[in-house]
Amino acid sequence: MEAGMVTPAPALVRFSGIQKTYDGEHLVVKNLDLDIRKGEFITLLGPSGSGKTTTLMMLAGFEVPTHGEIYLADRPIKNVPPHKRDIGMVFQNYALFPHLTIAENIAFPLSVRNTSKADVQERVSAALRMIKMESLAQRRPGQLSGGQQQRVALARALVFNPQLVLMDEPLGALDKRLREQMQLEIKQLHETMGITIVYVTHDQSEALTMSDRIAVFNDGIVQQIDRPDALYEHPVNSFVAHFIGENNVLAGTVETIDKEFCRVVLAGGGAVTARAVNISGAGASTSLSVRPERIAIVPDGSTSDGVNRLPAKVQNTIYLGDHALAVLEVAGNGEFMVKLQPGAHHSLTQGESVFITFRPEDCLALDPV
Amino acid sequence: MSDNSSLRTPSQRIAWTATIVVSTLVFIFLIAPILAIMPLSFSSGSYLTYPLPGLSLRWYDDFITSPRWMHSLKNSMIIGVASTALSMVLGTLAALGLAQWKSRFKPLVLAFVLSPVVVPGVITAVGLYFFFAPIGLTGSYLGLILAHTALATPFVVITVGATLQSFDTNLSRAAASLGASPIYAFRRVILPLILPGLASGALFAFATSFDEVVIVLFMAGPEQRTLPREMFSGIRENISPTITAAAVILTTVSVILLATLEGLRRRNERLKGGG
Repeated sequence: MEAGMVTPAPALVRFSGIQKTYDGEHLVVKNLDLDIRKGEFITLLGPSGSGKTTTLMMLAGFEVPTHGEIYLADRPIKNVPPHKRDIGMVFQNYALFPHLTIAENIAFPLSVRNTSKADVQERVSAALRMIKMESLAQRRPGQLSGGQQQRVALARALVFNPQLVLMDEPLGALDKRLREQMQLEIKQLHETMGITIVYVTHDQSEALTMSDRIAVFNDGIVQQIDRPDALYEHPVNSFVAHFIGENNVLAGTVETIDKEFCRVVLAGGGAVTARAVNISGAGASTSLSVRPERIAIVPDGSTSDGVNRLPAKVQNTIYLGDHALAVLEVAGNGEFMVKLQPGAHHSLTQGESVFITFRPEDCLALDPV
Repeated sequence: MSDNSSLRTPSQRIAWTATIVVSTLVFIFLIAPILAIMPLSFSSGSYLTYPLPGLSLRWYDDFITSPRWMHSLKNSMIIGVASTALSMVLGTLAALGLAQWKSRFKPLVLAFVLSPVVVPGVITAVGLYFFFAPIGLTGSYLGLILAHTALATPFVVITVGATLQSFDTNLSRAAASLGASPIYAFRRVILPLILPGLASGALFAFATSFDEVVIVLFMAGPEQRTLPREMFSGIRENISPTITAAAVILTTVSVILLATLEGLRRRNERLKGGG
C-alpha cells in the first residue's frame, strides 16, 4: 500500500486482519487491514464480487468476520449487534418504511432512542429543511420519486448524529443527471456536517468526485488506498491503473533499469523509457500504462530528446462534444486511445500513418496483465 | 379480457365463448350445493324438500333458542379462537425463523412442519387419541385446542412464510442500523407490513378448527361438542332444517371474514403503492 500522505488523523474505524468466508473455503475478504479516519469520506471501490460490500456489511454488523477484529473508536465491535453500533446506513433501494410517512421515517431513529416529543419534532423539521422537503412531510415513500426517497433515506441516517454513516451504492438506482446532482449534495453534507462517511460504489467517476480517499478492492484484497489524484497519477499496479480512468496498455519486456526509470522493449516493436513502478527486474515482462490525455500526435518522426516516440496508424476518430478521441494502432494494440481537442480530429484521416509522443514520466511500467 | 371489441376472428370468439361456458359450469359446480341449501333454511315445513311449502324464520329461531346448538356454537368459538391464537404464535415464530435460516436441511424441516396437512385426518385423530388418553386430555377443551393447533399451525406457517418472502430484508436491516432492537423492529416495522399475511393465516387457522369434525368425533366428550359435530349427529339422528339455518349462518360468517381480509389486503397495497 502506498504511503506518503499527510500525518494521519486518529482512526475512527480499524479493520485488523479481517477475513471473511461464506462457505468455509473461498475467502471473499482476504486479510484486510484498513484505517478510517474521523471526518473523512472514504470510498470502497471495486468490481462486483471484490469484497467491498461484504466489508461494509461487516462494519454495519450484518455480517460477522471469520477472522480478525473491527474497532470503532478503539472499541472492538465484532460481537456488538447492529442496533448498538450507532452507525447510520443508506441502502441502494432506499429501504424506507412504506407504512410510515416521511416525517415518521425520519423520526424513527429518534423515537427508538426515547427522544422527547418536542425534540423529535424540532430535529425532524430541521432534517426536512436540510433536504428541502418540508412540504412532503406527510406523504408516504411510495408517493415520492427515487431521488426524493434517497434524500429522505439520507436525512434518516443523519438525523440521530451517528458517529459513522455507511452508504451502499446509494445512487445506483438513479439516472445519470440526478446521480451527479446527488453526488454534489452528499459531498456538501459531508463538508458542512463534518461526519465520517464510508461509501461503496463500483463507479470510479463517482468515487473520484466525492472521496477524500479511495480503497480499491479486487479479489478480496485492497489493491491501493490513496487520494483520488494519487490513485490516478500513481497507480501501484495494472488493476488500479485500469480501473481508475481511461488507460492504454502496451505489453513489453524490461531491458535495463536505471533508478526510477527503465527501458522497455515493446512486444509489438519499438522501445520506450518508462517509470519503473511495479516490475521485478531486468528481463521481466511488463504492462505499460499511458493515459490518453498525456499523449500527443505528431505528423512525422522529428525527434526531441527524452521523449518517447512511436509510429501509429489512425483507425478511427470519435467526436464527444467537449473533446475527441483518436483510436490508433500502436505496437500491436489496435485500441490505443489519444485524447484530442474537439476540432483536432478533422486533421486525421483513417489509415494515415502518424507518430505519437509521450514523456517517460507519464508512462508507467506495471505488473503484466 | 372483458373487452369484446378486441375479438376479431371467429376462432377467437369461439374460444372466448367456450371460456365463459366452462367457467360458468365450474362456478356452478362449486357453489350450487351451498346455494341449494340456503332457501331450505327459510322453509316453513319440517322436511328438506323443494318446493318450499312457505317462508318462515322458524329454523333460525330454533337454532338460536336451542341450548344444544348454542352450546356447540360456543364450543366452536372457544376452541376456534384459542387454537387460532396458539397456532398464530407458533406458526409466525416458525415462519420468521425459517425465513432467515439458510441451510440445506430447511426443506426437510419445512416438510416436517407441514406434515399435519398431508397426513389423513383419521390417522392424526387416532394417533392423538392414543397419545392424549393416558394423560387425561381426551374429553377436555385443552386437548381439542392442542389438537386443532397442530392442524392449523401449518397453514399459518405457509401464509405468513409467503408474506415474509416478499418482505424486503433491507427494511429490518435499516431498522437495526437506526438503533431498533430486533423486538422493536418487529413491532414497528415487520409486524405492520406482514399484518395482512397474519390476518389470512389467522383466518385459515380459524376455518381449519371451525369445520374440523374427525378429531372432535374421536376426542370430544358431550361437553365439548362443536358445531360441525352437532350438525353431524343432527343429520344422522333427527334431520331437521335447523341444520340448514346453521349452515347459512356459518357461510355468512365466512363471507364476512373473507371480505374483511380482502379489505385489509387492499389497504396495504395502497400504503405500499402510494396511489
